[in-house]
Amino acid sequence: MSIKIALAGNPNCGKTTLFNELTGSSQYVGNWPGVTVEKKDGLLKGHKDVIIQDLPGIYSLSPYTLEEKVARNYLVNDRPDVILNIIDGTNLERNLYLTTQLAELGIPMVLAVNMMDLVKKSGDHINLQKLSELLHCEVVEISALHGTNCRKAAELAIAQAGRTVDEHAHVFTGSVEHALAHIEESVYNMVKPELLRWYAIKIFERDEEMASQVHLSQQLHDHLEAHIKDCEKEMDDDAESIIINQRYEYITRIIDQILTRGKQLHSMTLSDKIDSVVTNRVLALPIFFIIMTLVYYISVTTIGGWATDWTNDVFFGEIVNDAATSFLASIQAPDWLSGLIVDGIIGGVGTVLGFVPQILLIFFFMSLLEDSGYMARVAFIMDRIFRRFGLSGKSFIPILVGMGCGVPAVMATRTIENERDRRMTIMLCTFIPCSAKAVIISMITSTFFPDSIFLAPAMYFLGIAVIVLSGIALKKTHLFSGDPAPFVMELPAYHIPSMKGVLIHMWERARGFIIKAGTIIFTACVIIWFFSTFNAHLEMVDIENSMMAFFGNAISWVFAPLGLGSWKGAVAVISAEMAKENAIGTLAVLNGITSDADEAVMAGIAGMFTPLAAMSYMILNLFDPPCVVAMATIAREMGDRKWAAVAILFQVAIGYSMALVTYQLGGWLFYGMPFGLGQGVAIVLCLAALYFILRPAPHDKASNETREGAAA
Amino acid sequence: MYTLDQVPVGDTVVVKKIHGEGRTRRRIMDMGITKGVSILVRKVAPLGDPIELNVRGYELSIRKDEAVSIEVE
Repeated sequence: MSIKIALAGNPNCGKTTLFNELTGSSQYVGNWPGVTVEKKDGLLKGHKDVIIQDLPGIYSLSPYTLEEKVARNYLVNDRPDVILNIIDGTNLERNLYLTTQLAELGIPMVLAVNMMDLVKKSGDHINLQKLSELLHCEVVEISALHGTNCRKAAELAIAQAGRTVDEHAHVFTGSVEHALAHIEESVYNMVKPELLRWYAIKIFERDEEMASQVHLSQQLHDHLEAHIKDCEKEMDDDAESIIINQRYEYITRIIDQILTRGKQLHSMTLSDKIDSVVTNRVLALPIFFIIMTLVYYISVTTIGGWATDWTNDVFFGEIVNDAATSFLASIQAPDWLSGLIVDGIIGGVGTVLGFVPQILLIFFFMSLLEDSGYMARVAFIMDRIFRRFGLSGKSFIPILVGMGCGVPAVMATRTIENERDRRMTIMLCTFIPCSAKAVIISMITSTFFPDSIFLAPAMYFLGIAVIVLSGIALKKTHLFSGDPAPFVMELPAYHIPSMKGVLIHMWERARGFIIKAGTIIFTACVIIWFFSTFNAHLEMVDIENSMMAFFGNAISWVFAPLGLGSWKGAVAVISAEMAKENAIGTLAVLNGITSDADEAVMAGIAGMFTPLAAMSYMILNLFDPPCVVAMATIAREMGDRKWAAVAILFQVAIGYSMALVTYQLGGWLFYGMPFGLGQGVAIVLCLAALYFILRPAPHDKASNETREGAAA
Repeated sequence: MYTLDQVPVGDTVVVKKIHGEGRTRRRIMDMGITKGVSILVRKVAPLGDPIELNVRGYELSIRKDEAVSIEVE
């Protein structure tokens, strides 16, 4: 029989470090059924029959957040054999609050008190022996960071596994205990005996989700409700608050018996001293920008950029490409096979893998900032600005990373806890021009508008404007409406992160990208290669005679209102969806330019577009959905097809409308086009955009509540 | 009514009552802001919101919108 140990604790208590320490490399990462909350389990090192289930980091078992619901449903329905509750010794009061709730589940529990070295350093003393007596469970002092006593904690848990819990701590007093005892008596036969206490408290708290599992008759429900009301009257408070207050009062009584403080209440810790500089009113923003610039500079501009260029141009472009080409030649492979392998697979998948060095670096820094505690400060500093347009303070980072590449940008949204803010950030962060779009900007502006020095930077400002205005407009739609999520956030004490933890964190994320996005991209590459290499008779032809050109012709009317009515424009737009760099490259190929020199390419595209159409082409490519790699990442990170579709369609609508407005109104205002249907449509689009941005926010709290209920 | 958003930085106050309802209120209380607890208002974010509190030995940040519902004395 295998033993299941559930690892539970507050966020930032060292739970992940302990989990890594206990399971080593046997981890399995997935999602909890139906939600995007990460689920991790692993085998205890050296024990094939002991499974460690990591629960999300939570403060409480309330019915309000996704993580808490996931955790409590697991504990109530799947019944692990034992709970290993990890507690931050420097923050006993709030950590024990969760402990009091876990203790009611009737599952044996072992307490691992972490960071005791810091407690001792601060001059405090905790009497763990006494704590163990008061809570009726084993207590062990550990240091997850140094690996001290971690094994012992796991062994204590194994020894406790499956025991029946018969003693409860006396958390509640007087009339509350009286009411709870009454509820227990009334539902005695209706629930599993070990969960009696848990359900009694949940019924008292009016936790409808849990209470509904008991199937109370209406009569019994009313009867119990009368008792709860009596108690509320006596305590002059509502039931939920009574329970919370009594838990904290109980904890305060415990703390008085076990903790000898070496410092005064509200005194400054080392962390507070760091914060007096880092979140200082004057210095906070400059420090933030310096850190962000450094992260960007290292992972995108310099090391990451070099590594990506090298992977793309040298590794896949020359080494792998040459090896494959000569190998294929030596076995006299048919043309289509070498085309598929060299152009389709190596070209396509190589582009994807080229992002890996950047992604690794970005996630290295993200993990570093997160594990050290700085990320919470970012939210603290930036919240004021971003919540105005429906984003979170942490949305700044994905947008910044988006200047390098949309793929890690979308993945960087993982640090945003709130689902709504995260989805909005995913939808908007690729509007900032990425490094591939920068190629489009520089080619188009230098070819068609060589005198304008403002046009290129203007595109970045336009990107920011689109993000801000879209945020304002989307916040008012029913998808994102409602009160902003409560911002009640712990600023965890700074820690020197464990390098092992940071590296594991980084690798988990990058691996997900390589596997999942890689499979989608692989398929997409093969499909696009197929259509642009063959004609309808399955003969290998140049792109202008391929099925792709045929499709381009068939759909070129779609792009006519944007001034890109020829099949070449349509094909270039499709091809740019593979990788935005192609937007220019394909145009070059289509115009029969064989030289790689910029001048030749410029001369070629200059003959194809009017300046206005070129402008429209640039706007379309900047604001329509990003490349297929980024789209695959969006779909993966949304974790939901409907949301992925919403995001992509929104981007299609924005990109197309902006290009249309540019071409039609630009032509009318500056190039003497007559006013016609196109101009009319453009003006209607502008007015519609203004309406969505300026209309008052519909205030419907009720629909928001139901939506959240439904999402759960 | 004296609420937490009006407390000057550096002052320590005692919580009298938590107003409001639903998940925001529950979250505030889960995080340890309950009747009778002592709170130090540590600082205000560089752009004026949110605020940073020291409560039950740790640092908590909440928006002024949420602080309005916490009555103190």
